[in-house]
Amino acid sequence: MAGAGGGGCPAGGNDLQWCFSQVKGAVDEDVAEADIISTVEFNYSGDLLATGDKGGRVVIFQREQENKSRPHSRGEYNVYSTFQSHEPEFDYLKSLEIEEKINKIRWLPQQNAAHFLLSTNDKTIKLWKISERDKRAEGYNLKDEDGRLRDPFRITALRVPILKPMDLMVEASPRRIFANAHTYHINSISVNSDHETYLSADDLRINLWHLEITDRSFNIVDIKPANMEELTEVITAAELHPLQCNVFVYSSSKGTVRLCDMRASALCDRHAKFFEEPEDPSSRSFFSEIISSISDVKFSHSGRYMMTRDYLSVKVWDLNMESRPVETHQVHEYLRGKLCSLYENDCVFDKFECCWNGPDSAIMTGSYNNFFRMFDRNTRRDVTLEASRESSRPRASLKPRRVCPGGRRKKDEISVDSLDFNKKILHTAWHPADNVIAVAATNNLYIFQDKVN
Amino acid sequence: MEGPESAMAVVAGLRTPENVTCVLPRGTMFARGLKRKCWDGDEDVEGAPAAPSYSLQRQSLLDMSLVKLQLCHTLVEPNLCRSVLIANTVRQIQEEMTQDGAWQLPAPPVAGRGPLDHLVSTEILCRAAWEQQGQRPAPDLPSELPGALGAPAPGSAQSCIWEADSSRGHRGSFPKSLDQIFETLESRAPSPVEGLFADAGGPYYDLDAVLTGMVGGKSGPGGGDGLQALAPAGAPPPSASCKRDLGELDHVVEILVET
Repeated sequence: MAGAGGGGCPAGGNDLQWCFSQVKGAVDEDVAEADIISTVEFNYSGDLLATGDKGGRVVIFQREQENKSRPHSRGEYNVYSTFQSHEPEFDYLKSLEIEEKINKIRWLPQQNAAHFLLSTNDKTIKLWKISERDKRAEGYNLKDEDGRLRDPFRITALRVPILKPMDLMVEASPRRIFANAHTYHINSISVNSDHETYLSADDLRINLWHLEITDRSFNIVDIKPANMEELTEVITAAELHPLQCNVFVYSSSKGTVRLCDMRASALCDRHAKFFEEPEDPSSRSFFSEIISSISDVKFSHSGRYMMTRDYLSVKVWDLNMESRPVETHQVHEYLRGKLCSLYENDCVFDKFECCWNGPDSAIMTGSYNNFFRMFDRNTRRDVTLEASRESSRPRASLKPRRVCPGGRRKKDEISVDSLDFNKKILHTAWHPADNVIAVAATNNLYIFQDKVN
Repeated sequence: MEGPESAMAVVAGLRTPENVTCVLPRGTMFARGLKRKCWDGDEDVEGAPAAPSYSLQRQSLLDMSLVKLQLCHTLVEPNLCRSVLIANTVRQIQEEMTQDGAWQLPAPPVAGRGPLDHLVSTEILCRAAWEQQGQRPAPDLPSELPGALGAPAPGSAQSCIWEADSSRGHRGSFPKSLDQIFETLESRAPSPVEGLFADAGGPYYDLDAVLTGMVGGKSGPGGGDGLQALAPAGAPPPSASCKRDLGELDHVVEILVET
């Protein structure tokens, strides 16, 4: 069991030192609501990094090829494409707005020159194709260079059009729109390992889609009670197994995870496995259920483990053991005594995400005050780092932070009462292979790398 | 039992968002099983800076939760997960208070309007944003509660669909609702929570069926095995999303007109 609190030691294997690499986004104090980043995701190779924001926009960054003449700009990420994925809509039936906020982005594995990703808001999922164009054809027979049609009588000879290079243009086009299948708010999408299907989950239902088919989806989980007055539990996250295309998990607001096998039946209302840690009766309070609600669930790359994030901790589960997690890491246990205030200001409902590194040896999740935490599963060490403009000189090492739970505050420690609960790091992503991480701090995207020796 | 003024004060005292420091001392954080003072009905706070009694803490948490549940006037649909968690918290508190004998049920509704009125208020507050969708009167509510049902007349349901700003017009009823909130707090209406999701079942369920295309006597969650579970979800697909909206609209107007 990993211990609580920050040990000031670098995490991520082999005494890694994390350094600032880049920061994207506006500097001013006044943050426009639409610019708040709501999702971050690397693609399968790590060359592309996508962000979605509350304004419904997607920005994709591409890693520069390593350049021998500039060895220090080790794969910087620069803007590759920006597009408006979702627009605000109005639901006339309920007289309610449908937010354009991008809840999740998931990349598809690359199969040809173009890149594909799924992006979703509360109600509609879209498949986007991002393709490059660096040539154009010249010398058409039927139209001239302006595009005007040539008079057929004037065409006396035929020529073959020639491809000429042009400035690189990156185009994003919506290829599929998967709509009208969710009554409640979509919280998760997950691409299947068969590369043909994907699932989408809302508060009460999970649907399975085929990427080519937009006018129907299969409902595979439905926990809506016949009488809505009996509703006491909702789905909070769902993910397909990275290797077994028939297996998926979904987490609930009661702190449980159900693993389902789609081969068992068309409607997976009976789970194959049920993961729940028995409650510790000595720490029971009126807030117990709220803080046990799982905000994110992620399979390890190996498919052997899964990780769940609840309000105060991250737990690693072995899929073969349902009775309790194999590891529990405290993220910010010092908040346990503040739950009343955090309930009052709604912070207790913040949905933090978590992620694995490539080899599954380390995990990362966010906290408040722009802090984020990393846990090394092998060395059992953990570290608290901060995403701030103050430590944003190129290749500046990040200094570990410490929060003082109470009582005497040591030098360089921050007291719990000084934490800024408006600066929350909900979304983080880890490069699939390298030690490069992307951390979303409100409207800024920070990229950190390990120190290059 | 403290009156509405002190309930308001307690709630108000907790409401400053900048006040991160917990009002209630850490050691007395609603932990069950901790020794606590016998509830004796005497709710005097023993000196201003001293710890409020467990009962007072619990009561203020209940009040805060009820306020949270009721203040769901937003243009966007409220977060269902948050509502469910708060409702569960309220239920837990109520259960414990019932066990303690601290929960005083109001007198049976012989007097007619009293408790039902409060139940309705709670519902209304949570339904405010969706009340335009077809004024189907809940069958078990007596029809002489026009005041509580509030401004939107049934006839306006149709116009609301066409006017995007209509939902804003109903914001004007909000200040009046605050009185209704504290009325509710005062009378401790039993399980206002029950009303919370009740209406979500009613019109929603039908709309739900329409929108997901699973109409035709589907027997509920468990009954959809086999081919029924593979029924197409989503309305028949017109080519443009604009056409789809109008198609849904027609469908919905049909439903409203039929009922």
